[in-house]
Amino acid sequence: MCTMIAEQIQIEGSGKGREGWFVLRQADVSYDHPFHAPMEHALNIDFVNEGLGVGARVAVELSADAARALAATILAVLDEAQVGGYLE
Amino acid sequence: MYETDMYEGMLAETIAMPGAGGDTILAYLARPLGPGPFPGLVVVHHLPGWDEWYREATRRFAHHGYVALSPDLYHRAGHGTPEDVAAKVRAAGGVPDEQAVGDIAGAMRYLRALPYVGDKVGVFGTCSGGRHTYLAGCRVESFDAVVDCWGGRVVMSEDQLSPVSPVAPIDYTAELPCPVLGLFGQDDKSPSPDQVDQQEEALKKYGKVYEFHRYPGAGHGFFYYHRPNYRQEQAVDGWERIWAFLGKYLGGPA
Repeated sequence: MCTMIAEQIQIEGSGKGREGWFVLRQADVSYDHPFHAPMEHALNIDFVNEGLGVGARVAVELSADAARALAATILAVLDEAQVGGYLE
Repeated sequence: MYETDMYEGMLAETIAMPGAGGDTILAYLARPLGPGPFPGLVVVHHLPGWDEWYREATRRFAHHGYVALSPDLYHRAGHGTPEDVAAKVRAAGGVPDEQAVGDIAGAMRYLRALPYVGDKVGVFGTCSGGRHTYLAGCRVESFDAVVDCWGGRVVMSEDQLSPVSPVAPIDYTAELPCPVLGLFGQDDKSPSPDQVDQQEEALKKYGKVYEFHRYPGAGHGFFYYHRPNYRQEQAVDGWERIWAFLGKYLGGPA
């Protein structure tokens, strides 16, 4: 955790944690030491709802390449949905 | 040196202690059984949290003859699994330096008040805990030894300074009252070998007593047996350096 590179954004949606589905309020994005992925640093995303306690968390830890591919794919899928007139 | 016909016993438990700002925080205390006096050691956890490795390390120091106390620097973030709590702190960019120093000072005072702790108390930490250790070693009077294991961001650029970390720890080096042991991996990015060199130059400049050991083939966190960065040979040597250093400056068994 020695980079301290972290951003927090407010989000809307749901996540499935240890005790089932819960409402998401925030995504915490960092590039720092992961807990599980076998890397020194990872792109970490924690989908959380602090109002429900620290355990209300859905975590992913990605390599930098995987994170970039994911971000590009999310944008591509949204673009396709917009072109198709599906975005609400 | 332990021999097989010696008695050995230990008590390890969670306690509550006064931290920064008079807050009551939890801490993990491990001590050898017996009247002492034993040297004391504050054990400062890393940013992955007040986790199992740190409770084990705390007991390991007790096993080697120290009264070891590891305060939960993330106490104010709430309680849950160490990972969930640490993730919350990671998202916030860490805990304020001032608060960490206050908690470590509280742990030092707690140890010094115990009837079975002698007059020597040191401080040990790894990763962000190594940084907090160096910072507290400089800013808290009366530590007798500092063990900084791969503390990143001791050297900080202007753009890394923030309200939670307003001053780079290296800038407090002149105030350091005691010897420092530093263990670093040559492949580490934080601290980089160049930053370790800058830290060493500062210690030299102010005439401090220090031992720095740089390990080729090791990166960050090479003591952590549960992580891929674990390096057996370097970790064994690093622990030996720690026992020798603490034995020399705190009077514990080498």
